[in-house]
Amino acid sequence: MIRTEEISFRIGSFHLQRLSFDIAKGEYFIMLGPPGSGKTIFLECLCGLKKICSGRIYIDGCDVTDLEPRVRGIGYVPQDFALFPHLSVERNIAFGLCIHGYEEAKVTETADLLGIRHLLSRRIGGLSGGEKQRVALARALVLEPKILLLDEPVCALDEVTRQEVCAQLLSIQRRLGLTTVHVSHNLEEAFSVADRAAILNKGILQQQGSLDELLQKPNSEFVARFMRRDKHLLSRRNKPEPREPLNPDKSR
Amino acid sequence: MGRFYGYGSAMKAVVNTPVRGWRDRVFSAAAFFFVAVFVTFVLTLIVTDIFYVDRKAVATILTSKFIRHALWMSIWTSCTTTLIALFFAVPMGYALSRLRFPGQILVDAIVDLPIVFPPLVAGLTLLVFFSQTSPGRWIQEDLGIEFVFQPKGIVLCQFVAAASFAIRSAKTAFDDVDQRYENVALTLGCTQWSSFCRVSLPLARNGIIAGGIVTWARAFGLFGPLMIFVGSFRGRTEVLSTTIFLEQSVGNLEVALAIALLLIFVALIAVTSIRLVGGSSLVKL
Repeated sequence: MIRTEEISFRIGSFHLQRLSFDIAKGEYFIMLGPPGSGKTIFLECLCGLKKICSGRIYIDGCDVTDLEPRVRGIGYVPQDFALFPHLSVERNIAFGLCIHGYEEAKVTETADLLGIRHLLSRRIGGLSGGEKQRVALARALVLEPKILLLDEPVCALDEVTRQEVCAQLLSIQRRLGLTTVHVSHNLEEAFSVADRAAILNKGILQQQGSLDELLQKPNSEFVARFMRRDKHLLSRRNKPEPREPLNPDKSR
Repeated sequence: MGRFYGYGSAMKAVVNTPVRGWRDRVFSAAAFFFVAVFVTFVLTLIVTDIFYVDRKAVATILTSKFIRHALWMSIWTSCTTTLIALFFAVPMGYALSRLRFPGQILVDAIVDLPIVFPPLVAGLTLLVFFSQTSPGRWIQEDLGIEFVFQPKGIVLCQFVAAASFAIRSAKTAFDDVDQRYENVALTLGCTQWSSFCRVSLPLARNGIIAGGIVTWARAFGLFGPLMIFVGSFRGRTEVLSTTIFLEQSVGNLEVALAIALLLIFVALIAVTSIRLVGGSSLVKL
């Protein structure tokens, strides 16, 4: 579904170096790494907000490296949601539909999916962190993207809301069969949602694989330390809700 | 240029006031003291003018067709200047805020120059350009677009002296709009143009309006460069500010003051109206 071939990006002294990934259709992929490791830049390169210096990006086998963000078919939720403050919740969700000239009936449907119908007439300024997160997700999902990119989607939320939102993210991802790339520095989030993970440090890919592989067979001291710093997680690997089996062919 | 806050924000501030002790009240009172001193000083000056003006002077300015003409000239030229300045300010403010190019610091400084140099310099420079240089003479004589001692020259002169305020204000307003909003709009299907129209421009609107107000105020009260570049010909290039000068220079101090009061009154109504419009739009945000 998503294939990156040795993509590189340089800004100032930071260098994202030759990242190659294959992310399967319907997979929930999480990119882990400490702050400043280049996770957000990687997402911005994927959705075309940053022009890569070298390498290629393929989506569904098509080379999208030189395509504008608007035609890549990617839903993007940035780190602190970037909800348009001059528009109501409803207008925020309907924003993409208006641009494409689609029917706005989909707004209510998407709001129902995320349980935020009661917020539609509200202004952005009065929403809580969890509500903003759901509105941002609704705004990205309303256009039925093939791929969803989530930049630290729950990092600003409290523990309880974080678990709720992670459960909801996973449930929606499974229901819609969305290929999802989620970046985070939090290992617990990875255990809650991810099918597969990669660890990035200083712009260099350290290792990728299933969480068990990363945990059991770290290929470097950095990965070992990153995975084991929250050892107590090993005893708490209870997911928010039972995981449905991954079905890459499941369509929306 | 600071952001423009209307009455909606002021009311919100009152509602959001925390519980305060006596030290906080003393601090607020001290801050308000300076507001009171300044406003009282300005009002005292205006009241002094009001007491100095006699009924005859008021009758003169109300019945004089030349003064009515000057009032009309002041209003239409300053409004036209403001519109032209905003027409330049919005794209220029956006470009200066978002684009990075070689020599940007120099360009920024050039944009700010008319704010820094005395307005008189604008008039002198324009006069020299249009009367002493080949390109200036070509525009005036060959193209037939005359500015020197013509009403069109008033707008040009006001534009040179005041447009920088609008541009600077627009740039600051676009700087305040987080680029992530535009990025998200791009992923939702916008082109750069539509993300500008649907996201950046509405979010920068209040700063742009504030720039428009300052530009209008500067253009409306401009005097020195107009005297040099277009003169003050009765019924042709006379505006209120130059009329005041002409009247006091021939000894009609009461009439000059009456015109000054008229100018203050028009300016007060205009600035307050724009603030009210801006304020209500801010509440809608």
